Amino acid sequence: MSARTLLALSLAIALALPLSILAGRVWIDPLDPQVGNAVPILLELRLPRSLLALVVGAGLGAAGAAMQGYLRNPLADPGLFGIAPGAALGAVLSFWTGWAATGWALPLFALLGAAGAMALLALIAGRSAGIALFTLAGLMIASLAGALMSLAISLSPTPFAMSEIVVWLMGAVADRSWREVWIAAPLTLAGIALLIAAGRALDALTLGEMAARSLGVDPVRLQVLLILGIGLTVGAGVAVAGIIGFVGLIVPHLIRPATDRRPSSLILPSALAGAALLLAADVLCRVLPLAGGELRLGIALSLIGAPFFLALLLRIKRGLA
Amino acid sequence: MTLAVSNLSVEARLAGVTAELRPGEVTAICGPNGAGKSSLLAVLAGLLAPTGGEVLLGGAPIVAMPLQERARAFGYLPQVPELAWDVTVETLVSLGRLPWKGAPAAEAAEAIEQAITALDLQDLRYRPVSSLSGGARARALMARVLAGRPSWLLADEPLAALDLAHGGALARRFRNQTDAGAGVVLVLHDLAMAMNHADRVLVLDRGRLAADGPPAEALSPQVIAQVWRVRARWLGEPGARALAIS
Repeated sequence: MSARTLLALSLAIALALPLSILAGRVWIDPLDPQVGNAVPILLELRLPRSLLALVVGAGLGAAGAAMQGYLRNPLADPGLFGIAPGAALGAVLSFWTGWAATGWALPLFALLGAAGAMALLALIAGRSAGIALFTLAGLMIASLAGALMSLAISLSPTPFAMSEIVVWLMGAVADRSWREVWIAAPLTLAGIALLIAAGRALDALTLGEMAARSLGVDPVRLQVLLILGIGLTVGAGVAVAGIIGFVGLIVPHLIRPATDRRPSSLILPSALAGAALLLAADVLCRVLPLAGGELRLGIALSLIGAPFFLALLLRIKRGLA
Repeated sequence: MTLAVSNLSVEARLAGVTAELRPGEVTAICGPNGAGKSSLLAVLAGLLAPTGGEVLLGGAPIVAMPLQERARAFGYLPQVPELAWDVTVETLVSLGRLPWKGAPAAEAAEAIEQAITALDLQDLRYRPVSSLSGGARARALMARVLAGRPSWLLADEPLAALDLAHGGALARRFRNQTDAGAGVVLVLHDLAMAMNHADRVLVLDRGRLAADGPPAEALSPQVIAQVWRVRARWLGEPGARALAIS
């Protein structure tokens, strides 16, 4: 792993964080005595929002790097394991039952949903350690959770609950408090640590499943590490910010050329770059003038991400990627 | 330590294979397509669980060895090597050190250097593997295995992609490994390579051991006629034999 890449990314975040706190529909100058409540706005509204963007982005970046390493495929995304849809299903149920209004229930339900998806994956992991079967199982879990979510939306008790669900699913870190930071940060950090611990095994997988096993990789242990690592990072992210796509897909691509291309060299820089990207995108959402409210973060990232993905597919078609 | 298989079976692939392989020897596994050569090699490496029989290293079953210890003992080169990410030659070779977590860094650097030199990759070390020719790529993948300094080197068709000069050079490299006390087991479809470079040949036929002995015996025209159903004879001097098919 190149120390220069890590240093550059850390510096970028260190510079962007204070700027992001000052930026918004209204720019705040903390030294201006005219702005009476500047400090509470900065500390209670904008700082947790920026920190949450960093935490969620770091988790998604690290999860994406680990997923691509595990599936040995540059097009893999952490959503493939079905953990994000599982967490989203939990959140949708909290709206559906009306418990979301109590504050803690929404992230708790989402974490339970993520845990349910992880438990299903673990059941399958114990039986077969093959990567293809495991991924298919993840896709089925994602598809099942998606269907149940649609069912819940279509059977919404009130139109208000339906619109709440739909808006929440678009993903955002707006209007969040320190509570969300305290929920997401420890879980995400623990998840990233687990993914880093899987790094050597992911490096061995570069040579294929058989060769990796000949290098001492225990495929079941690796699957458990990934289920927990991706479950914690993605589950915590969805629980506090909804579905935010494309970060896990794009970030490892942007970072890979700056590393020696081993999966283990990619996880930490991808976490930092994911944090920086989400922070930048959230600032963009805040300052862009848009009638009828803010651009949702999940939509903004998909707007950036989809053209990027298309360009990537075209590059692969030309045999360049 | 000897590597022994007793009454080894894998469903539909191997049936009752018994043999004892010795360190310090190059053993070739030969046989027609589908005879079970790659399966036998994978079982020897502990990567394929036999349905019957067992593999013993120095008398102890390899299934009981801790994974890391087994990974240090056996270096395995698959028949169709994969490389998911376009790393440089040096990074690829360094992957061979993965089982040696906790070993001194100087030892790792020395092993990587030796493997790169042994396979004549010094000028290519910083090149991405995708930019190499097929032969150079095969050498880099082999160097990855050597960097782990295994006491048993198990390679599935390691010479298939190599030209005459590099094939010969790699065959001599195997001799250096056995001189240093390692055991080398190669799956070879090229019977002349087996004849000229192996100390011992196991011939498999539809999952059964059809012959086992020094190359001149195990690859005699009679065995070739019986297993491959081809009439052939050996030409040339020992060590430089060629097979003439009639």
